[in-house]
Amino acid sequence: MSTIASLQFWAFVGVIAGIYTILALGLQVQFGFTGLLNFGHAAFMAVGAYTMAILVVKAGWPLWGASLAAIAVAIGFGLLLGLPTLRLRADYLAITTIAFAEIVRYVAINAQGLTGGPVGTIALAGPGEAASYNRDWLEFQRSVQDGLEVVIGENATRDVTMLVLVWAVALVLLVVVEAAVRTPWGRVLKSIRDDEDAASALGKNVFAYKLQALAVGAALAAIAGLFFAFQFSFFSPGDFDPLVTFFAYTIVILGGTARNWAVPVGAVLFGVIFAGTRFFDFPPFSLLDSGERAYVRLIVIGLVLIGLVLFRPQGLLGKREEMVLE
Amino acid sequence: MTELFQLAANGLVTGSIIAIGAVGVSLVYGILRIVNFAHGDYLVFGAYVALAVNVGWNGHIVLAAVAAVGATALLGAGLEFALWRPLRRKGAGLFSLFIAAIGLALVLRHVVFLVGEARPRRYDVDVFQVYDLGGVRLSQSQLIAIGIAFSAIVLVAFLLARTGLGKSMRALSDDRSLAAVAGIDVDRTVVFTWVLAGGLAGIAGLLQALILSAFTPNFGFALLLPIFAAVVLGGIGSAYGALVGGLVLGLVMELSTWDALAGGAPSVYKPVVAFSVLILVLLLRPQGVFGKARVV
Repeated sequence: MSTIASLQFWAFVGVIAGIYTILALGLQVQFGFTGLLNFGHAAFMAVGAYTMAILVVKAGWPLWGASLAAIAVAIGFGLLLGLPTLRLRADYLAITTIAFAEIVRYVAINAQGLTGGPVGTIALAGPGEAASYNRDWLEFQRSVQDGLEVVIGENATRDVTMLVLVWAVALVLLVVVEAAVRTPWGRVLKSIRDDEDAASALGKNVFAYKLQALAVGAALAAIAGLFFAFQFSFFSPGDFDPLVTFFAYTIVILGGTARNWAVPVGAVLFGVIFAGTRFFDFPPFSLLDSGERAYVRLIVIGLVLIGLVLFRPQGLLGKREEMVLE
Repeated sequence: MTELFQLAANGLVTGSIIAIGAVGVSLVYGILRIVNFAHGDYLVFGAYVALAVNVGWNGHIVLAAVAAVGATALLGAGLEFALWRPLRRKGAGLFSLFIAAIGLALVLRHVVFLVGEARPRRYDVDVFQVYDLGGVRLSQSQLIAIGIAFSAIVLVAFLLARTGLGKSMRALSDDRSLAAVAGIDVDRTVVFTWVLAGGLAGIAGLLQALILSAFTPNFGFALLLPIFAAVVLGGIGSAYGALVGGLVLGLVMELSTWDALAGGAPSVYKPVVAFSVLILVLLLRPQGVFGKARVV
């Protein structure tokens, strides 16, 4: 059977799309609803994944405690970044946040004692010893898999189990965020996006709301980072380069800004473009080798971004009256 | 003391390249309000055009430099017609321009990857020739970089200060509508701004590739944030500020590794020094060190 038709392959694509849904949902809160141009989103994903792995391997924490701590640390980083920078104008905020993300990445590459350095978390336990942080997770996943086997038989593989888990969490988070933006809190976020001065004139503490939006987004990025770490068993600083942030923007803008249910749609489309085309084994894809395909994919993503801005700024499912891109 | 001079010399090399890149970013921002995220990839484009001439067709490095400048200037003007002008006509706002620039950066960089190969490349120049100037050792590439960069800086400063075109650019950057009312041909000046920014990006790309000795298309993004830092340091939109900001930033990056400064920062953290300067300036003096105080 060709890879295209295999359930396992599409399960993998689905896992990637699920992780990106959670990541991009955080950006939807910051960018789509609040109008914050955060270009350091990937750094919060990195902080989440690294904090968890370091606490488990170096401090011997249990996985669940370490994961909660990782989300808390990411929120802390969000507040730390937001406090001085959220007063800046949009374009300055974008530059500052991407500089922050690059500092995080350079530290992850060079602080070998803390992070394992450029080779990644496999070197966390020190030289000559392969570190593993996800034993507890694999055990948990195994028990879920056993349960799934009762229902769907031998199709319940590792990737399919992960697919179920990551999308279960993603859907819960989507429902929570959707509920949150329908509250008065959410309406204040939108009013800040549409007219910051007006919100301020009505007595809303614009700065505090922006900070909260940044913290919520940071927490969601950290959760995405945790799932990324669980799925791949080890990771390196290169996994959180600025491209990841651009991918999250592509998903939000492709699906449609200011509409939560557009995020999974954008993420699935992105997953198919990004992970799916890797295994297309028919022309014209078969004419390119795998390295060339990687470049073509990124060119396509760039063209999608430009095309959306030019021809459909509200994205596929966005509301015209709530456009962030004008 | 020799170490200090050596670091200062290295800083001038890095700084002058950043300065040339930064002028283009600053002019484009000042006139069009575009934060050109693709500028680093304009540099890469220039470097690889030069590579095609120098290695592909065995052309002399000077010929390669001319080709890089010409081709990148054309790229700048071409994209004005193909992308930026249509976007402006649609009334694209800050966010849209930002996202479009990122899309453009992805396209440009990976087209270069696709055409120019991913393996590290180098120009056909003598990399082992080193000159000793009173204890300060500079490679031939570094000397060429300083020479070309300083000539470019002087030329640009002259162009901006003395020529009609330069005055139009500065006028547009100061107040667009006022300049238009005063009879400045906005569309024409904008095209020339892109030509200038592109040409300078071509030079900066070639020089950066030259001093890196072996380079991949990723060097553009690595240099982009230091370039932004220089622009911010000099005051966004101020071309002279960007020149000075670039030189200062290059010196700061290199001197941060000086042993006498508490042992010096490890040289792998040089980019981090640049990003920290960027963040600090934005927080403490967002109008830039040389900029006029106004609401930012």
